[in-house]
Amino acid sequence: MTQSATAPQEAAPGRTRAQIAARTLRRDRWWRSPAVTAAYLGAVVVYLTWASLVNADYAYGAYISPLYSPCLATTCTPGDSSFFLIPWVSVLTPAIIIIGGPMGFRLTCYYYRKAYYRAFWRSPASCAVREPHAKYTGETRLPLILQNLHRYFFWIALAFNAFLTYDAVVAFRAVAVVGHQHVAGAWGHMGLGTLVLVINAALLWLYSLSCHACRHAIGGRLKHFSKHPVRYRMWTMVSRLNSRHMELAWISLTWVLLTDLYIRLVASGVITDPRFF
Amino acid sequence: MGEKVTLLVWRGDAGAGDIVEYQVEVNEGEVVLDVLHRLQATQAGDLAVRWNCKAGKCGSCSMEINGRPRLACMTRMSTFEPGEAITVTPMRTFPVIRDLVTDVSFNYAKARQIPSFSPDPSVALGEFRMQQVDVQRSQEFRKCIECYLCQNVCHVIRDHEENMPAYAGPRFLMRIAELEMHPADTADRRTIAQDEFGLGYCNITKCCTEVCPEHIKITDNALIPLKERVVGRKYDPLVWLGSKITRRGHRDTPAVPSKRDTA
Ligand code: SF4
Ligand code: SF4
Ligand code: FES
Ligand code: FES
Repeated sequence: MTQSATAPQEAAPGRTRAQIAARTLRRDRWWRSPAVTAAYLGAVVVYLTWASLVNADYAYGAYISPLYSPCLATTCTPGDSSFFLIPWVSVLTPAIIIIGGPMGFRLTCYYYRKAYYRAFWRSPASCAVREPHAKYTGETRLPLILQNLHRYFFWIALAFNAFLTYDAVVAFRAVAVVGHQHVAGAWGHMGLGTLVLVINAALLWLYSLSCHACRHAIGGRLKHFSKHPVRYRMWTMVSRLNSRHMELAWISLTWVLLTDLYIRLVASGVITDPRFF
Repeated sequence: MGEKVTLLVWRGDAGAGDIVEYQVEVNEGEVVLDVLHRLQATQAGDLAVRWNCKAGKCGSCSMEINGRPRLACMTRMSTFEPGEAITVTPMRTFPVIRDLVTDVSFNYAKARQIPSFSPDPSVALGEFRMQQVDVQRSQEFRKCIECYLCQNVCHVIRDHEENMPAYAGPRFLMRIAELEMHPADTADRRTIAQDEFGLGYCNITKCCTEVCPEHIKITDNALIPLKERVVGRKYDPLVWLGSKITRRGHRDTPAVPSKRDTA
C-alpha cells in the first residue's frame, strides 16, 4: 500500500532541488525575535554612544559608572578608581578610551554573533528563511575571520572585571563633600548604589566565566578528562554556566546600562542614593 | 469521526513541480505522516514519501511542514490550529527525486571524506583504557539519527548551493568534533576542519540546533568547541609561538582523497 522511494546510488543528471519561489513557507512569527533583538541592540548602541560622549555625571562619591572605569583620563573625577592618568589620551572621554575592551569582547562573543548576524545581517534572520545575500563566505575571510580573536578579548574582559570588582569594593565608602564635589569618604558604609555596583560586578563575572573561550581553556580542549580531574570539574561548572550564556549576556549588558543610568541620576541630583548604613 | 484538513503538498519530479491542494481526513492522535499515508491510500496513490520507523528514530521522514524542517512522524496534528492549512514540502537543500523524497547522497559523500577513528597503533587492541567521563561529551553526538534536517536548514548551503563542495555541514563538522574529543584518537583534523570541511562558513546562528529532533546541542557542544580548537591550531599567535619554542611539531591529518568529487 505504501510506496517508499529508495534513493539511487548517484544523483541522476539534471535532478535539482524543489523549485519553490517563496522565501519561506513559515507561517509562525519568525520575524519577531530578530526584530526585538535589532530594536534592543539598536537602543543599546544609542544609549552607549550618548553616555560615553557626555563625559559628565559618571561618578558620585565612591561610585563610578562601569562605562567610565577604569578611568584613564586626567579629567577623571577624584575619588574614583583612577589607576593611571594618561594625559595624552585625555582629549577623549574616559569612556571612549576603554570602551574597545568590553565592546570587543561582546562583539566577538559567540552568542552576540548569532544575535546580530540574525538581527542585522539577516544571514539568516530566522531558520529556513532565505537570506537576502547573493554570496556568503561566513567567517572564512577578513574581516569576520577576526572573530577568532575572541579568546584574547576574554582575557581583557577578565581584567575589566577586576577593575569593576574593585569599584564595587570601593563603593562601601561613605560620600564626603569637599568643596562642591561629592567624593569618597569613610569606609564601612553602604547605599543602594553599592548594591547596584556589586550586582554589576557579579553579573559580569558570571557572563565572562560562561564564555565559550573560557570553557575551552578551562578544560574543553582536553581529550582525556579522567587524567585531569580538577580541570574536568571546573569544565563541568563552566559548562553549566555556559548553557545560560545567552541569558547572562542580556542580563549583564542591561545591568551595566542600568548601573550607568543609576549613577548618572544620582550624580546629576535627579534622585538621591538611599543609604543603608 | 475525523475532521477534514487542507493539505498543501509539493508534487513534482527532478525539481519541477508545484503545490497541490488536498482535503484529507484526520483522526485524533495522528501525526502528519499518518495523514500523508491516508492521502496516499485514498487520493494520491503515486505520492512518494520516505519513512520507516514511525518513531522518530530512523531519520527517513524528514521534510518541511509549514516551512519548518521536521520529522513527519513526530509532528502531531494537534499542534496545528483547527482549520489551519498545512503545507508539506520536500527538504529544500537536496535534489528532489520525487514529491517529498529527496536525494541525500551529498551527506554520504561528506561522511566518507572525514578521516576515520585512528587509534594509536602501538597500543594493542583491547589495551586502551578510558572512563565514562572521557566519552561522555561525544556520546551526545552519537544520538544522531542521520535525519539531515540540520544539513537541510543550514543557510550556508541551503541559501548558497555553490558552497556545497566547500562545506560539510553541521552533521559532519559534529562528526569531526566527536573524533577530536575522542581520548584514543591520534589524528589531528583541525586544519582540514577549517580548510577542507568549511567550519569557517558556519556563523553559529544555531538553526541546526533548533531543528535537531534528538535535541543535540550541535552548535554549543560540537561546532563552537571545534572552532575553539581550530583557533588553537591556526589563529592563535601565542599557541603558535609556544609550539615553535618547544618545537612540538604538528602533523595535520589530510582529508580522505577525492573529497570534492561527488559534492
Ligand atoms: S550554527 Fe552553523 S552549522 Fe548550524 S545551521 Fe547555523 S551556520 Fe549552519
Ligand atoms: S544532528 Fe540532529 S538534525 Fe542533524 S542529522 Fe543528526 S539527528 Fe538529524
Ligand atoms: S563571551 Fe560569549 S562566547 Fe565568549
Ligand atoms: S519514520 Fe523514522 S523518523 Fe520518521
